[in-house]
Amino acid sequence: MVEVTKRFPGVLANDAVSFEAAPGEVHALLGENGAGKTTLSNILTGLYRPDEGQIELFGEAVHFHSPRDALDAGICMVHQHFRLVEPFTVAENVVLGDHRSEGKSFFVHSPAIERRVAELGEQYGLGVHPRSRIWQLSVGEQQRVEILKALYREARILIMDEPTAVLTPQEAEALFVTLRAMAEEGKTVIFISHKLHEVTAVADRVTVLRGGRTVETVMASDATQRSLAALMVGREVDLGRSPERKQKPSGDVVLELDGVRVPGDRGGEALKGVALVLRSGEIVAVAGVAGNGQRELAETISGMRASSAGTIRVGARELHPGDPRDAIKAGVAHIPEDRLGTGLAPSLSISRNAAFKTYRTAPISWGPFLAVKRMAELARSLIKRYDVKAPGPETPARNLSGGNLQKLMLGREFHGDPKVLIAAQPTRGLDVGAIETVHGFLRDAASNGVAVLLISEDLDEILALADRVVVMYEGAIVGELDAASATVEELGYLMAGGEAR
Amino acid sequence: MSVNDSLVVVVLAQAVLYGTPLLYAALGELLAERSGVLNLGVEGMMLFGAAVGYWVTQSVHGADAPVLVLALVGAALSGAAMAAIHAFLTITLRASQIVSGLALTIFAGGLGLSAYFGAELDLASLPVTHQFASLDVLGLADLPVLGPILFDQSALVYASWVLTLLVAVYLGRTRWGLNVRAVGEAPASADAMGINVTRYRYIHVLVGGALAGIGGACFSLSIIPNWFAGDSLVNGAGWIAIALVIFAFWRPGICLVGAYLFGGLSALPSALQAHGVTIPPEFLYSLPYVMTIVVLVVVSTSLAKRRLGAPAALGIPYVREER
Repeated sequence: MVEVTKRFPGVLANDAVSFEAAPGEVHALLGENGAGKTTLSNILTGLYRPDEGQIELFGEAVHFHSPRDALDAGICMVHQHFRLVEPFTVAENVVLGDHRSEGKSFFVHSPAIERRVAELGEQYGLGVHPRSRIWQLSVGEQQRVEILKALYREARILIMDEPTAVLTPQEAEALFVTLRAMAEEGKTVIFISHKLHEVTAVADRVTVLRGGRTVETVMASDATQRSLAALMVGREVDLGRSPERKQKPSGDVVLELDGVRVPGDRGGEALKGVALVLRSGEIVAVAGVAGNGQRELAETISGMRASSAGTIRVGARELHPGDPRDAIKAGVAHIPEDRLGTGLAPSLSISRNAAFKTYRTAPISWGPFLAVKRMAELARSLIKRYDVKAPGPETPARNLSGGNLQKLMLGREFHGDPKVLIAAQPTRGLDVGAIETVHGFLRDAASNGVAVLLISEDLDEILALADRVVVMYEGAIVGELDAASATVEELGYLMAGGEAR
Repeated sequence: MSVNDSLVVVVLAQAVLYGTPLLYAALGELLAERSGVLNLGVEGMMLFGAAVGYWVTQSVHGADAPVLVLALVGAALSGAAMAAIHAFLTITLRASQIVSGLALTIFAGGLGLSAYFGAELDLASLPVTHQFASLDVLGLADLPVLGPILFDQSALVYASWVLTLLVAVYLGRTRWGLNVRAVGEAPASADAMGINVTRYRYIHVLVGGALAGIGGACFSLSIIPNWFAGDSLVNGAGWIAIALVIFAFWRPGICLVGAYLFGGLSALPSALQAHGVTIPPEFLYSLPYVMTIVVLVVVSTSLAKRRLGAPAALGIPYVREER
């Protein structure tokens, strides 16, 4: 028996959370962002110490002072952001920090470790070459290395934090098979997720967390997606597809990419001749596994990255490559993936952030001077119109929650009446309420004639919002589907590099 | 005139001699940087090590060998003591590594502690009592060409070869070395795997300081056995050592070659003058520094293209993510 109880007042990231997981069980922790799932797992792995409560492992109370204690007790975690050393080989990553058996020897004996890694990979269907370097691997393969680390250490409890966020549906299926196989051997798998269909597919039991508290633990076989969603959000939610859009898009071409090539950060090409057409009033989604050129595509269109060949046109105007100001002038609005890094200046106030795109011209600037009052007015109007929850226009942006930051940014980007909106992962890390709001704004933008390019790794989001879906794989567009008839399976097949059928 | 007296051989032998302090300091800096801590205080640590090493030879009496060993220990400890300041500021307090390192060079260097120490003890006026002499360990000093270059050197030179090998094996082949590299590349990953990031960084910064101290002592105990007021003894070698680490792509083996390259440039002016070559000495004296800049420019641009070499977490304080 594994029994974990935890109390944690103060910030109340976890408020008297308890749950128990048995050997041989896949136990899901389900909850929205901010429900306390990650904090809880960080306590389990010894990264944080609980203020109150304790962890009981096989009936005995344990106290972890560092991650090493948790590892020694047989608890391994696969974090959302992998804990791998990129320049190291798979085998080196697996053996890192291990202080039993092979790891204990002073010298690192690679062949023995490599053999063991290969064996484990075969046994659990986690094929990766032990001598590959991490940076050469796809995200899915990197995740396999993380699981291999746990298996190599003979972990009794494996915690997976949002493991499918970076996988294609097919890869996720394969992962579930592996997790089930581990459970059948008597290991405990704790599966953290906010995706209902995954939880019902893989888990034996589900513990639902909300606002840092445990709501209930239910048998997965007795639960439905609807009942789980109600527990998770605390009210009934509509899980259906989006309401019908009022007008069918048939506008003019506003954005046209032709043969766009862009060098990648690590050498090679990130975009290999991308051609894409967006019409006014339509939402085109870009699907793909992370790292197949989607980020570079967004940055290239918005001028943050220079293309080496090809043309980008907004209306009749050809954009200067690598010139963000030119893109803004042409009417390109961009909601970057990294909200606080690229999108906003965290330590500046809301009003300064709101004026980022318009400060060069009247009415915000007056010759070389800034009209501070007008900036505050602009900020106040955005706060009101886009329902940003903030004390006032002079609050630093970093004090806002993710959802409110995103609303502020949407407000700023819509303010200049853009022709094209590039939204990169616009709902990543947001809670259900904020996601609904953001989706609403994107739909509104499209009905007002903006051409929206939605880049997302969430296929449900893509199918709910988009009119057309293009799939990117290794820097090229490998397929285009009508969103109304596309299926998750079909998209997953293309995302994994399959040929269009 | 035998071949062993020719200009080329003399310059090469001098290259090894002058390259040795660079090698010690660079290996130390390499260890610190591989653990993710940039220490720009090398110059200061070297100068302080040089001063303390020289002082030990003055204040301890006895046979050459034990006194010199003691002097090296003193130099290493004083270098490590200076590095401890940097370690505390940057690892524990998470201060900027660049600011802390620069401050350390000023604090410990020719305008600070070393100068004070030298002046207070009047080191400059004391005659040399002990120094590292050439040692013909293998009986190969009379070999043509290679003899004077490689085998007519002091114990410091031979020890530096052993050290280079040890550092290379340590980083490349041992479990601890793997841990150090993980701490320098991805401290969060290392932490999650139960490696104590703080401890590893402290140890390597301290060892780095100790080696810088020994590097400094190479000057005051072997190359120019004496003490000069100000910073003219070490004279920028600490900065060259930092550049050398980058030049070597953080590899100990390349460090050795690079150290002799820069050592040769440092030795060239006096060797040429002794042979009556008339080139303005200011030009020659500036060569190692010009070369340093050239190397940094070339290496940084090719680095940017290939993302090779530099530990990914170099210069970044590690904070366990908090909510």
